[in-house]
Amino acid sequence: MIEGAIWRKWVFFYVPMALFLLFLLFPFYWMVITSVGELYRPWNSINYNPFWTWKPTWDHVRYLFEETLFASWLWNTTFIALASTAISLVCGVFAGYALSRLNFPFAGSLGTGIFITYLVPQTLLFIPLAEIIRNYRLGDTPWSLILTYPTFLIPFCTWLMMGYFKAVPRELEECARIDGASRWQAMLYIVIPVAIPGILSAGIFAFTLSWNEFIYALVFLSSPAQKTVSVGVTSELIRGDVFFWGPLMAGALLGSIPVAIAYSFFVEHYVAGLTGSVKG
Amino acid sequence: MGQVVLKGINKFYESVHAVKDVNLQIRDKEFVVFVGPSGCGKTTTLRMIAGLEAISSGDISIDGNVINALAPMDRDIAMVFQNYALYPHMSVYDNMAFGLKMRKFERREIEKRVREAADILGIGELLKRKPRQLSGGQRQRVALGRAIVRHPRVFLFDEPLSNLDAKLRVQMRVELKKLHLRLGTTAIYVTHDQVEAMTLGDRVVVMKDGVVQQVGEPLELYNQPANKFVAGFIGSPAMNFATVTVTEADGSLIAENSGLRIKLPDEIAQRLRGHVGREVILGVRPEDLTVASSADLDHPCFDAVIEVVEQLGSEILLDMKVGESNMVASVEPTARVRVADKLRVAMRRSRLHVFDAQTEAAI
Ligand SMILES: Nc1ncnc2c1ncn2[C@@H]1O[C@H](COP(=O)(O)OP(=O)(O)OP(=O)(O)O)[C@@H](O)[C@H]1O
Ligand SMILES: [Mg+2]
Repeated sequence: MIEGAIWRKWVFFYVPMALFLLFLLFPFYWMVITSVGELYRPWNSINYNPFWTWKPTWDHVRYLFEETLFASWLWNTTFIALASTAISLVCGVFAGYALSRLNFPFAGSLGTGIFITYLVPQTLLFIPLAEIIRNYRLGDTPWSLILTYPTFLIPFCTWLMMGYFKAVPRELEECARIDGASRWQAMLYIVIPVAIPGILSAGIFAFTLSWNEFIYALVFLSSPAQKTVSVGVTSELIRGDVFFWGPLMAGALLGSIPVAIAYSFFVEHYVAGLTGSVKG
Repeated sequence: MGQVVLKGINKFYESVHAVKDVNLQIRDKEFVVFVGPSGCGKTTTLRMIAGLEAISSGDISIDGNVINALAPMDRDIAMVFQNYALYPHMSVYDNMAFGLKMRKFERREIEKRVREAADILGIGELLKRKPRQLSGGQRQRVALGRAIVRHPRVFLFDEPLSNLDAKLRVQMRVELKKLHLRLGTTAIYVTHDQVEAMTLGDRVVVMKDGVVQQVGEPLELYNQPANKFVAGFIGSPAMNFATVTVTEADGSLIAENSGLRIKLPDEIAQRLRGHVGREVILGVRPEDLTVASSADLDHPCFDAVIEVVEQLGSEILLDMKVGESNMVASVEPTARVRVADKLRVAMRRSRLHVFDAQTEAAI
């Protein structure tokens, strides 16, 4: 090893890394402490410390499940996220395949067009979408979100899959077609299995995006029982200018756990998908 | 049976005319090699035979049936790709069985054929592995195995050996030849390596810029190249060329340029009668040049200065300056030569080639 390499490693790697982690994880720490700690009441706690609690309590979590509709919100969010992810993945995989592999007229400009739709901000798009949702009488149902989330998820998945399919060697498919597979079979048996890491990454991204989505959920859902976690927690636990910090943080924490699980569960595939490693 | 006929094949990619009017008859059981420099249209031709690329005009037929419109799967061919194209998510066994499964063969028949092919190729122990757990040579064998289990009418190979290291390439080349002798299936093989072409091919097709330059048996190409391009492409080190002017003196023909003045042997002189006073290109292979001794008096000779000596063990390559131009000679390993030596070099007179200076066709 080179002289001085050890302190160098500390200065340039471990210390910055630790600071970075601290910076990133602090909000979660704050969430945990707030959701299990007692509420700040200046009149009965003399040496109160917001960074630590001596009397952890489940009160806030219990409040969340007993006094609010948090369980339904959780269920709504899961259902909506899974359904819209499934729809978007299926469309995205097929569209990505078509755009990257089939030579049809305007394939290139179509791909760019799809990308542009992804760039239209949701904050603009929700106005016309609200009109459509109203016309089809979908307001205040999960379908209003399951059908609108794909407007940004499909372009996203399509682009991700396009890039991924382009990295799958063309010869694999050609060889399959010489071997006796139809174009459809070659896609089903060869290209899609090889692209599984890419499909998983697209799925995780899509799931996270729809899980965390806020604007559409806020606009299209009105009754408390229909809400998703992100909207439910913020609208039902902030009443006027009173913030119920404990349940609010408990809700946020519980709401982020499924995403965290989804990430860590698929992280192996997910990383492989991002680096696009297809070995021949 | 596996008789392939190409009739007036053309391929256009938008403005690029990649393959120009290729006509070829490939006999059953023949091993035909397409060879040529990069971008000459070899792969394109092969892919048109495979059905992976549409034919712009012309007809391809196998055993008398035109197959222009058939899908790749219906042509009864098998192809081995340069990067092997093994299915990465399948075991070696499944890779080889895939084509048979797609064609709805019975389980037992599939197993029998895969075992058989694995035995021929010596990959019996690898059947459970995934492609990424194999070495380059092993992958190559699996790719071959996948092609032979199907018992197709025609094998297509696109530079299958070019990803292997030099030693393995030579070894696989021999195995391919053996495999062909054993199976007797018609094979069409694409390479840019003229040694592969010469050693593997029953017949060799030399292409350049999408045009077939010459079709013939390896020795035919070597001994009677149809034009300067084929002459320079076949053989290593490449043939020496010198532009010379033909003049007549004392009833015999003389070829000369700034550093060279040789009397042309009669058999060539006859062919050059019409070219007196004009320029032609003289070609002679390095192995047909020798250090002149008293026995070589009736061979054309010239003077040269040695610039580089390359000892190969089995031969010595001499890079020589002849007048303004350079020539390479391949001489006996026992020759005593040093850099800057002046030499008298003899050409084996029966081995001289002459080409038209304009058309570059052999005269
Ligand atoms: N899809 C394509 N679109 C446009 N031009 C192409 C395409 N494929 C090949 N070409 C052109 O056609 C010509 C022949 O290409 P081809 O791949 O057949 O060459 P090759 O002889 O196989 O060369 P190499 O030895 O490098 O593989 C080249 O000029 C190439 O640029
Ligand atoms: Mg090629």
